Amino acid sequence: MSKRIDVKDLNVYYGDFLAVEDVSINIEAKSVTAFIGPSGCGKSTFLRTLNRMHEVIPGARVEGEVLLDGDNLYGPGVDPVTVRSQIGMVFQRPNPFPTMSIRDNVLAGVKLNNKKISKGEADVLVERSLKGANLWNEVKDRLEKPGSGLSGGQQQRLCIARAIAVEPQVILMDEPCSALDPISTLAIEDLINELKDQYTVVIVTHNMQQAARVSDKTAFFNIAGTGKPGKLIEYGDTHTIFSNPVQKSTEDYVSGRFG
Amino acid sequence: MTATSLTSTQGAGRAGDKVFSGATLAAGCLILAVLFGVALFLVVQAIPALTAPADKIQGGQGFFAYIWPIVIGTLIAAVIALVIATPIAIGVALFISHFAPRRLASGLGYVVDLLAAIPSVVYGAWGAAFLAKQISPAYGWLAANMGWLPIFGGPASTTGKTILTAGIVLAIMVLPIITSLSREIFLQTPKLHEEAALALGATRWEMIKMAVLPFARPGIISAIMLGLGRALGETMAVALVLSSGALTASLIQSGNQTIAAEIALNFPEASGLKVSTLIAAGLVLFVITLAVNMIARWVITRHKEFSGAN
Repeated sequence: MSKRIDVKDLNVYYGDFLAVEDVSINIEAKSVTAFIGPSGCGKSTFLRTLNRMHEVIPGARVEGEVLLDGDNLYGPGVDPVTVRSQIGMVFQRPNPFPTMSIRDNVLAGVKLNNKKISKGEADVLVERSLKGANLWNEVKDRLEKPGSGLSGGQQQRLCIARAIAVEPQVILMDEPCSALDPISTLAIEDLINELKDQYTVVIVTHNMQQAARVSDKTAFFNIAGTGKPGKLIEYGDTHTIFSNPVQKSTEDYVSGRFG
Repeated sequence: MTATSLTSTQGAGRAGDKVFSGATLAAGCLILAVLFGVALFLVVQAIPALTAPADKIQGGQGFFAYIWPIVIGTLIAAVIALVIATPIAIGVALFISHFAPRRLASGLGYVVDLLAAIPSVVYGAWGAAFLAKQISPAYGWLAANMGWLPIFGGPASTTGKTILTAGIVLAIMVLPIITSLSREIFLQTPKLHEEAALALGATRWEMIKMAVLPFARPGIISAIMLGLGRALGETMAVALVLSSGALTASLIQSGNQTIAAEIALNFPEASGLKVSTLIAAGLVLFVITLAVNMIARWVITRHKEFSGAN
């Protein structure tokens, strides 16, 4: 239930503006891959091309290939809706549906895929997903209450439960802890460690300690200057990137000399 | 810093605050005073009609017998208008906010807003002179084929000047109100929630059902209530379009009357108790509108917990 992603020579454009240039990267299945880099370096943009969420912005387009176990996400006839149901996403700010209960939030994606699901099956799925997101014990007595009544960290774990309820191949996380306090952050990081047993996880983070703590591999993105495209500078084992990087700019960044 | 620098506040900013808060308070009070004044006027002027002996009221059977058919007529016309206008308005608003290319969306929004700028007497004249004639064959068809439904009971009006025509004209008049308010609400749907739905593999329509419509629900209800307010109170269009008469179940015969049109048509030649009766009818309309608004507020607050406001 997890697939690898191989990106070949990917360019991302917003209209005529080249936002990310020539990225090639191989993301292993059942591992955690972190994208780090200064603000505006295109790491979030790149992440969103992995499930075609960048297409929400008018004028956004890509050149190149993104292969999910060999299948090109941008091949002819590929529906972005199908892509997104296979590659889930967790956002920077927790975004449970405010009009739905906790239970309905978890089931939101499942009900979309036209699955007629019985109440019993739904109960099992809700419990499994919430347990998978380490949230079950905190919410099991108030599943019918609105999701917006939870704390920020709980809301973010609810969003993760919602994402894993559809059993995706890959989970993308776009700075999932940047709006959370340290304790909630720790809870999410523990969760990410557990998720990689079953899923391929890709996480964008501004927090280098976080990347060092949770990821197996790390990719460093950078830009030459404002208006220039973002590029993948270096990609390797997290240990290597943080202790013995090849590129000078990677070393400068991870040692806190800029960015 | 000495203590005096904290206590010796320089006046300008504070005086401005006071003037401003006084002005807003006055404005708020003025609204209440006007509302109260209108209510008081209606009640005082209506008392003679409400207390008069039954045979002195128009129709000779008391105020209640006079008012209830036109209350029903008013509600029928308003309900027809909303049943027609609401789905169209929400559809148009969704098209403008989420489906149309940007240039088309702004043009279309502008055109819809223009609909609201047309005076109601123009709608009335159009309805009476054009729409009624065009639509009367359809009424004939309805009477022939669906006449077993009481609301389409024959014989159909040959002039087309029926409560259904009036309702259709009202629908066109309330359409821009509901559309533009709904559109504004739809545009305010947080991007975050739309993206949450899309990232789960929702199609555009599923995203709208999941994120946009639930978020917009209270706003849509408010928009419908504003439309209903207009439909209930609209005078000129109904007065011109409807060939009024006694209360009838059939929507495609002439007959029925609304409160606002009844007042407008009779007021110029009324005197004495008749004036008082018409004002009492106005009071009833006022109460209906008030009740509708309060019900709408209640519906909205009932779901506050899930509104996303917290």
